Amino acid sequence: MGQIQLNQVSKSFGPVEVIPPLDLTIEDGEFVVFVGPSGCGKSTLLRLIAGLEDVSGGHVLIDGRDATEIVPAKRGLAMVFQSYALYPHMSVRKNIAFPLRMAGLDKAEQDKRVTQAAEVLNLTDYLERRPGQLSGGQRQRVAIGRAIVREPAAFLFDEPLSNLDAALRVGMRLEISELHKRLKTTMIYVTHDQVEAMTMADKIVVLQAGVIEQVGSPLELYQRPRNTFVAGFIGSPKMNLIRGAEAAKHDADTIGIRPEHIGISSTEGTWKGTVGVSEHLGSDTFFHVQCNASPEPLTVRATGEMALSYGSEVYLTPRQEHLHRFDAKGLRLE
Amino acid sequence: MARAVTTQRKTLNTIIAWVIGLVIFFPILWIIILSFKSEGDAIRPPLEVLTSSWTFDSYAVVQERSDYFKHFVNSVTLSVGSTLLGLIIAVPAAWAMAFVPSKSTRNILMWMLSTKMLPAVGVLYPIYLLFIRLGLLDSRIGLVVVLMLINLPIIIWMLYTYFKEIPGEILEAARMDGATLREEILYVLTPMAIPGMASTVLLNIILAWNEAFWTLNLTAAKAAPLTAFIASYSSPEGLFYAKLSAASTMAIAPILIMGWFSQKQLVRGLTFGAVK
Repeated sequence: MGQIQLNQVSKSFGPVEVIPPLDLTIEDGEFVVFVGPSGCGKSTLLRLIAGLEDVSGGHVLIDGRDATEIVPAKRGLAMVFQSYALYPHMSVRKNIAFPLRMAGLDKAEQDKRVTQAAEVLNLTDYLERRPGQLSGGQRQRVAIGRAIVREPAAFLFDEPLSNLDAALRVGMRLEISELHKRLKTTMIYVTHDQVEAMTMADKIVVLQAGVIEQVGSPLELYQRPRNTFVAGFIGSPKMNLIRGAEAAKHDADTIGIRPEHIGISSTEGTWKGTVGVSEHLGSDTFFHVQCNASPEPLTVRATGEMALSYGSEVYLTPRQEHLHRFDAKGLRLE
Repeated sequence: MARAVTTQRKTLNTIIAWVIGLVIFFPILWIIILSFKSEGDAIRPPLEVLTSSWTFDSYAVVQERSDYFKHFVNSVTLSVGSTLLGLIIAVPAAWAMAFVPSKSTRNILMWMLSTKMLPAVGVLYPIYLLFIRLGLLDSRIGLVVVLMLINLPIIIWMLYTYFKEIPGEILEAARMDGATLREEILYVLTPMAIPGMASTVLLNIILAWNEAFWTLNLTAAKAAPLTAFIASYSSPEGLFYAKLSAASTMAIAPILIMGWFSQKQLVRGLTFGAVK
């Protein structure tokens, strides 16, 4: 079991309120990602759940039990840190066994569980090594191993992949997702990378300045962002946001259109513009087009084969059914 | 890109380093040389000193005249005792300041360091009077306390720097893994801090061993360490260089040997935190 509930939880550091009172329920077995720009309070929120920071107000409930006053060690949660936080003086085996040793399990049971975890994480050959002798990816796996052996109520991941290089990150992302499918344990995952959020989450919690902007499945957030912040944050490249006269035509303060929802043609279309920088990814090409509809260049996604030279004239056509409308406060208009 | 340092330049640097090293070491080397000369030869011009004959006479006289072993035991007791006593106080203090800092932590650290800038003689009278009243004059217990107190700021500072280097996340990981505060300190912090504690102990033993102001002023015969043993050869009847050198060599030899064997640990301890 691993249901986690936050009731009016808030956090202040001195006079600065980093998290105003918020409510959130994380269901048992869910993979929830907290995402937001740096300093949005996502890591603090995770640390409040872990008990590494004391809440300033409200209650943290784990499986219905009030855990607000319980020390981290007794909350039954496991955490994987950005810096891996392995014990440098212990072998991989001892690192993974540490939580079991603290729980007072006998040696045979410890060995059994460590062996199991090592098999799952492909660490069997490295059990006698020290963390210093491992690569970044292996260290992260040891940190995950240390978390899974104790069969916690929930896993907390604090930006676990930020220290890895890009290729390794994609691999580890898959491994963690697979681990979740296999263990079916609640996972709370903090990241500033919206791609990680989109690819891994059952449910995404978008945070800004300690406030939850929207909670929902990745596709819900992508297709129906509640406000301009979520619209701009989720999706890569970003949604094009256009204000002014063009938005007024649609009875809105701001309109949003994703790069893949704009047609591009060299002969005809709604908006006329000139091609700026193009980014060729092979599968897709992104054109940055300066046009009369918006002072900012618009990003347009086209097929990988499409080639337009810098400065050439083009016409853009937004697909009306995919237009997002927002009011003056940035909230979505239906 | 490799820096363009020529072999010539490297050789020059090596020579300069050796020259500086030798200049610094020269007084000690000269003391050792003089200790193997007769009193008559020891006061002759340097070149003649080197060419004169070698002898163990001074060592024999020093051995005969004073009890080296007693002073040696006192030195060991004072330096090891004051260091251990210091650790008992400094470890919890440094731990608290490194991991649970308050607003005044920085100020307390600076204040402790500032006490090292106070001329020792400024507090000689009060401490001397205290020692008389408490009957601590010429006692090892009293000196252990005083030596511990004068080196305590350094012990705390060194340990503090070491503990600061231990990432907080590792301690948090231990907490998440179910460790109690005692287990966290015992199984995670202490093993990680052992290299730092070792260099702190080494440096403080050396400092306490060499300390001469308090050991000379607060001891007479019973508790006198090797510093007093050396001083007893700079007598009013005139300086006897050869015997003074022999006594000095005997006094510094143990700490020199210890320093030689632990230099790697010492350098690491002193530069820890400066280089990652």
